[in-house]
Amino acid sequence: MAEFTLPKNSVVGKGKTVKADGATNTKPFHVYRWNPDDGENPKMDTFEVDMDTCGPMVLDALIKIKNEMDSSVTFRRSCREGVCGSCAMNINGKNGLACTTAIEDTKGDVAITPLPHQEIIKDLVPDLSNFYAQYASIKPWMQTQSPTPEKERLQSHEDREKLDGLYECILCACCSTSCPSYWWNDDKYLGPAVLLQSYRWLIDSRDDATGERLDDLEDPFRLYRCHTIMNCANACPKGLNPAKAIAEIKQMMVERQG
Amino acid sequence: MKDMKTPIAKVRGLGSAKGGTHHWLTHRVTAIANIPLVIFFVVSFVGNAGKGHAEWVAWLKQPIASVLMILFVANMVYHMRLGLQVLIEDYVYDPGTKFASMIALTFSCVLIAALSIFSILRIAFGG
Repeated sequence: MAEFTLPKNSVVGKGKTVKADGATNTKPFHVYRWNPDDGENPKMDTFEVDMDTCGPMVLDALIKIKNEMDSSVTFRRSCREGVCGSCAMNINGKNGLACTTAIEDTKGDVAITPLPHQEIIKDLVPDLSNFYAQYASIKPWMQTQSPTPEKERLQSHEDREKLDGLYECILCACCSTSCPSYWWNDDKYLGPAVLLQSYRWLIDSRDDATGERLDDLEDPFRLYRCHTIMNCANACPKGLNPAKAIAEIKQMMVERQG
Repeated sequence: MKDMKTPIAKVRGLGSAKGGTHHWLTHRVTAIANIPLVIFFVVSFVGNAGKGHAEWVAWLKQPIASVLMILFVANMVYHMRLGLQVLIEDYVYDPGTKFASMIALTFSCVLIAALSIFSILRIAFGG
């Protein structure tokens, strides 16, 4: 059966509290901590961050914590402007990018946990190997049968517009890890992010492998675990709608049934 | 569980089942068919509420009423069978338990449909 309670070694305990010396305007950040080397259960550490010297985003607070309060706090980050998708995490119960989530928009304490229902490597760093392998499995590149043209492969403006709302995906995994269907069956269900990417290639007028791509998705688990829960569209930090892309794929499936 | 398989080998797994669309589409078609059938069922039962046994039997003996009741039961049970299959696929992982659940689901759905339809026919054709 699907597991609805945390396994014993994943039950989260209370960790330490670190205060900001001499600060008057502080905000508590509760950060999920788990170290693979100490054999202990995960804990929520509390850091009282000095808001007067902190940048505006949740990522700024995390960097400040790492720089000034506890250098062992582990998380991924790179571009700090919502383009790379590295700092995807769960902030106050909602998946999002730490770099585009303003501290100002959070009420009271801020609880930061890793993306839900993934194996954890350390602290806020989830193991996304399965997610990336799923992405690779849909062959996210242009496949053609037609001879290579001398210059570029042409596409009408109308056909190019069909990629809007799809090409912007940064593969941060916020949507997939917010999806209960993905939680219960991530070994077989491709999840919203990968299906949106798949649709991005299905609808590309320059791609010649639409039928083969649909063949690969035609599966009770790979595609049809989507039950239109819509958490994906709610979580996407880029404002995309993976659920709509999945619905379009289902429509293509029905269309070719005759 | 740790093993030496690569993530891509796990994801590719046994390959695509090349199916699922028929199930999904049939689930939607039976849902659409349920709309008029459920309206018929509710309107009829509310309309007959408070009547005696003989009047209920007389109502069900009408060809339209018995045919629609049979369609209602058959469609409802088929829709239920498809929906609960999705539920089992979502939450039951152990192959043995899953197979047993599917068998139990199918058998009970067929039994419910057969008993209901037989009862309707017995009233429809009974003396």
